Amino acid sequence: MKSEYPIFKPFGSAALIVEWPTKINPIVLDTILDYKNVLQAYYHKVEVEIINTYNSITILYHNGIEDIYNEILVLKSLQLSKRDLKVRRKKRWFIPVCYESEFGLDLEEVSSNSGCSIHEIISMHTDPSYTVYFMGFMPGFMYLGGLNPRLHIARKDQPRLRVEKGAVGIAGAQTGIYPAASPGGWQIIGSCPVNLFDPSVKEPCFASSGDQVKFVQVSMEEYGAICERSYVPEFELL
Amino acid sequence: MIIVNKPGFYTTIQDLGRFGYRRFGVPVSGVMDEFSAAMANAILGNKPEDAVLEIALGNVELLFDIQTVICISGANFSPTLNGRGVSMNSPVGIHPGDVLRFKFPRNAALGYLAVAGGIQTEIVMRSRSLLRGVTKFACLAGGMRLPIRSLSEMKLVLGGLKEVDDAHFNASEISVMPGPEFDHLRTLEKSAILTRFFTLSRDCNRIGFRMAETIAYVKPSPMLTGAVMPGTVQLTPSGGLIVLMKDCQVTGGYPRVLQLTPSGISRLAQKRPGDKIRFKLV
Repeated sequence: MKSEYPIFKPFGSAALIVEWPTKINPIVLDTILDYKNVLQAYYHKVEVEIINTYNSITILYHNGIEDIYNEILVLKSLQLSKRDLKVRRKKRWFIPVCYESEFGLDLEEVSSNSGCSIHEIISMHTDPSYTVYFMGFMPGFMYLGGLNPRLHIARKDQPRLRVEKGAVGIAGAQTGIYPAASPGGWQIIGSCPVNLFDPSVKEPCFASSGDQVKFVQVSMEEYGAICERSYVPEFELL
Repeated sequence: MIIVNKPGFYTTIQDLGRFGYRRFGVPVSGVMDEFSAAMANAILGNKPEDAVLEIALGNVELLFDIQTVICISGANFSPTLNGRGVSMNSPVGIHPGDVLRFKFPRNAALGYLAVAGGIQTEIVMRSRSLLRGVTKFACLAGGMRLPIRSLSEMKLVLGGLKEVDDAHFNASEISVMPGPEFDHLRTLEKSAILTRFFTLSRDCNRIGFRMAETIAYVKPSPMLTGAVMPGTVQLTPSGGLIVLMKDCQVTGGYPRVLQLTPSGISRLAQKRPGDKIRFKLV
C-alpha cells in the first residue's frame, strides 16, 4: 500500500475520517479492522463510536473534539505504532436461504440476464464465503463482498414499493438480505428465515465486520421450521 | 400519564438519540431542533437528554391525568390549555383533566413539549426516540398513554426563562463546514453551493431534506459508500442536494460536500417546504 494512505481528515466538528484507497478488498478490510481494534482500545474510556466501511474508518466523538489537529496526530501515531493489537477471531456464519420461486421473484430475470439456469444461479450464490464489510442502509443490513461476477446485475428499473423482510437480493456486485420490509430495487432471488436484527438484545446482530457469511440452501419445509423458532445460525471460528 | 386524544399528523417522542449503535446500521435519531428542545427542558430544570414530544404539522390533543409542569417551545402551533391560549417558553402548571391542544404551525416547522422529569416511555438501545424498525411504534397513535413522573416523586427546580433567538426561526443562513468530499468539487461548483439560495422541496422529513434546485456538476470518479451523519449534505449524480437529518442512514454513497454544524441542523429543522436557505461556511 502506498505510503500516502491512510488519509486523515475532519468530518464536521465532532468526527474524523481515516481513509484507505478506493477498493473493495478483504485485505484492505483486515488492515482497517486491525486499526479499528487499536482505536477501540485507545478510546475505551471516551464516548466514541468507531464505524468502518469498505475503505474508511469514521470516529464520532460524542462530546466533540477539543483540538482536531492534535487528535489527528494521535490517530496517526496510533496507526504507526500498531500497539495493543489483539487477535480478532472471525466467524463464518451459515445462513439458510430458500430459493423457491415463491421467494425468488427475480430468479427468471437473473437467469435470462446471466444466461445461467436457476440451478446454476443458486449454486453460484451458495458457493462463496462472503465477507461482511460493514452494516448500513438499515438496521442489520450487511454489506457483503465476494459475489460471483457472473451474477452481477443491474438494479430493477422500477424499484419495488415493498420488499419483504428476509428477502435475499443481488444488485451490481453486491448481495444482501433485507432485515426488514422496505422499498427496494435489488433483484430478489430468495428468502432468509433468520432474524438479522433484534433491538431487544444487547448485541442486536449476530455477525460483525470482518466475519464471513455462507448461504445454505433450504427447502420450504426447513424454511418454515426455522421461521417458527428463534434461530441463531451456526458458525465456525476461522 | 399523558393520554393521546389526537396524535396529530406526525408526532414523535425524541431525546438526544442513540449513540453507539451505528455499527449495526441503526440511525442516531433524536430531536431535529436541539436548540428548541434544550430550551424547553432547561426551563423546566430537566436534563438535556430528557425525552420530549416533537410535533410536526400539528393537530394534536393531549389529556393529562396527573399534576405536572410543562413547557412548550419551538414553532408556534397556537397552543391552548382547556381552550385558552397558553404561553410558550415558560413553565405552565397542569392539573389532572387538563387538555392541551396544538393547531397548525404559524412560523416554523416543529414544536416541542417538555414535561417535568421527561417523558418516561420505554428505552430501546439507550434512547426513547421513536424509530420504525427499532421501537414498537414509529410515531404517536390515538389512545396511547405516555407515562410521566409525578411531581411528588421528584424535586422540581425550574431553570429560569431563556431568551428566544428570533434568528433561529427567521434567518436563512445555515452554518456549514466543508464536507469530506468538498475538495473534489470544482471552483464553480463550490461557489454555486455556497452562494445560491436553495428552496426546500416537498421531499423533507426526519430522514433528510431535499433541495428543489440542482447545480451544474461534473461527476467525479465514483466513490465507495462512506459514513454519513445528521447534517451531511450529499450531492446526487443529477446535481441535487440532500441534507441528511436525524433519522438518516449511517452510510451513503454520494459525495459529502458539506457538513452542517449542530446549530445549522437545528435551524434547518424549523424550515418548511418552499422556504429558502443559504449555506454559510463558518
